[in-house]
Amino acid sequence: MIDTSKYLGPRFGGVVNRLLDDSHSEYLGIRLVTPFTLLLAALIGIAAVVGCYRLWFGIGAASNLNDLWPWGLWISFDVLGGVAMAAGGFLIAAAVYILNWKKYKCIARASILNAFFGYLLAAMSICLDIGRSFVIWHPLVMWQVNSIMFIVAIHVVLYTSTLGTESSPMLFEKLGWTGALDKVNRCMVGIVLFGVLLSLLHQSSLGAVYLIAPGKLSPIWYGHYLPYMFLVSAIMMGISMVSFETILTGKVFNHQVPMEVIEGLSRGIVITGVLYFCMKAGHIASGIGFGAVFDGSLLGNLWLIEMAVGVVLPVGLLAFGQVRRDPQRVFAADIMVILGVLLNRLNVGIFGVSEYATRSGGDYFPSAMEFLLTVGMIAFAILGFKLCAKYLNLFPTHH
Amino acid sequence: MAISRRRFLQGAAGGGALLIASRLPDAGATMSRELPPHAVGILYDATLCVGCKSCMVSCKKENSVPGGALYRQGRSEPPFESSLPGGNMWDAPRELTGKTLNIIKVYKNGSAQVKDREKDGYAFFKQQCLHCISPACASVCPAGAFRKDADTGAVIYLANRCIGCRYCQLACPFGVPRYEWDSAWPEVRKCQLCEHRLKEGKYSACAEVCPTGATIFGKVTDLRAEGKRRLALKPGEPYLYPLNRVDSKEKTLRPASRYVKQLYGLEEAGGTQNLLLSGISFDLLGFRENIARFDLPSLTWAYIAKIPWVFLGVFLGGTAIYKVTHRNDREGKP
Repeated sequence: MIDTSKYLGPRFGGVVNRLLDDSHSEYLGIRLVTPFTLLLAALIGIAAVVGCYRLWFGIGAASNLNDLWPWGLWISFDVLGGVAMAAGGFLIAAAVYILNWKKYKCIARASILNAFFGYLLAAMSICLDIGRSFVIWHPLVMWQVNSIMFIVAIHVVLYTSTLGTESSPMLFEKLGWTGALDKVNRCMVGIVLFGVLLSLLHQSSLGAVYLIAPGKLSPIWYGHYLPYMFLVSAIMMGISMVSFETILTGKVFNHQVPMEVIEGLSRGIVITGVLYFCMKAGHIASGIGFGAVFDGSLLGNLWLIEMAVGVVLPVGLLAFGQVRRDPQRVFAADIMVILGVLLNRLNVGIFGVSEYATRSGGDYFPSAMEFLLTVGMIAFAILGFKLCAKYLNLFPTHH
Repeated sequence: MAISRRRFLQGAAGGGALLIASRLPDAGATMSRELPPHAVGILYDATLCVGCKSCMVSCKKENSVPGGALYRQGRSEPPFESSLPGGNMWDAPRELTGKTLNIIKVYKNGSAQVKDREKDGYAFFKQQCLHCISPACASVCPAGAFRKDADTGAVIYLANRCIGCRYCQLACPFGVPRYEWDSAWPEVRKCQLCEHRLKEGKYSACAEVCPTGATIFGKVTDLRAEGKRRLALKPGEPYLYPLNRVDSKEKTLRPASRYVKQLYGLEEAGGTQNLLLSGISFDLLGFRENIARFDLPSLTWAYIAKIPWVFLGVFLGGTAIYKVTHRNDREGKP
């Protein structure tokens, strides 16, 4: 390893040396220069160029958004999807720090870091999606308590900071800053509680954003219970994401967690999945009726796909004990839940308003730059997680 | 350690209580459902409109001056949709846009022979901001960039607050707010009822130039009364239609048309200050039938009002659960 204190002086160089020391994670076998990592870096580079183009030439030049489709891929996928994917952070934090379920302690750091990247992704995307990116701080000082978007903005800021604080002990440990480490650890329970509160409100308020548009969002998705459906589906997605990421790191990083953790997470998916299914089915039955989703229309089919892939199939599979004990099949079920809930967010954000927009003469398909930026964001999250796994003590307990 | 944690939890609970106190729903936070004292608006009677579009010309011209809804520093001409090489401007907007606040459109069916008839007929109609009594755009804006004037009730946009999230576009049930997509520092554009002219003692530019009395300006209560009077007329019955303003002395005598029995804007979205009358169904003119008949902001307020209780529940419940789950290992834990 290079001794940076030679170039940067003993004080600053020492800190950099400690940060770059990866001896504790050598057993994970993470290599940085691989074709995959280089591809990620290239995608991030392209997205950075697109981001600059967007800031310089404006939102209209970079995207295909228009007056009838004011929100598109960035809001539906990066923001609604990214935040839902991050729900695992508050759940695992609550399980470990509040409920004292010790078996999940081995995945707590990874889940919280995962959530942190999910929120960073959402925050960066929303920053580029709004037309006047440089005044994004306005809602923080110009309060408008009638607005769900104000509530969302406050929560993004507070919860991203909360997740950063929850992840900070890893960095302090690394740097040997015991004073700061001690302080954060003392406050951890309060911070976790605050994180739970913010997450409950934030996940549901993203659904509440659409409450104001009963005439625009298709009744297949619109309903007074939309915020609660967003919350429950985010919890289901969050648990799946943690399970997915735990099994994945087991596959690629030589890191194994006990099977009972995966089984416990699968049980969580089944419980929330059944609740979510009841809510969704009840919503259709009490609203427009099942005729509207089985009539072969585009929106009806999308609802069916979302439910089949995201809820019925995976929950049905995980209901069997032998499936829950097989990491490969749990992995497949996790992916189905994640794809299903992501489709739900796209349905609400893009397809659900298509009937309104199309009738008014609007048309939307994301531009190449919208896709490139979204892909770059995902690459950023993956690469960031990999770097953290290499340089931070992400998996504190060996098994 | 245990003591400091308890102290921390107490502090957290105190902070939570403070947050609740600062967020308790108060009367001022919700949107008013009442007409402001001097609410003014526009009554557009489609049966009188001849489609001359003078209102569109006047709107653009009068709003391109400082204070107007289309004004932008450094722009001397009104913003036209397109310009020909050599500086010849022309303007033929097909939709409301970031450059067009007010538009006259035409409905056509079949041979389009008779005015204000659904089959084989045609009709003109006007689109612009309807100035809701309880505006969804103002309620959803995270930075308070829309304000309903406490006196006139005009819904005004404050560009220096806007962050460009475009939630107003999603929220508006009438699809009115438009965005300057071609700008790197865009603004939302919509009719502001010529608020800058009201201050000078003038009135809306579109009503001022309307030659037939199709667009008239006035107090909302007067406009409602006028609209109801017209709806009560028998087709063909002669009626004195006021010009430009509802209280104008200048009137034109003409037989009343057959109206659809609906004063659009009386109930839509909880009521609007601009009102519409038409000879054919409003649905055919692009005004949706599924518009809510109540104030839309109440939909989100029902959710927001619950937030303080979530605060309370999570802090109390979370602390209680923490105490229970950690009662056994308080000594042993580092």
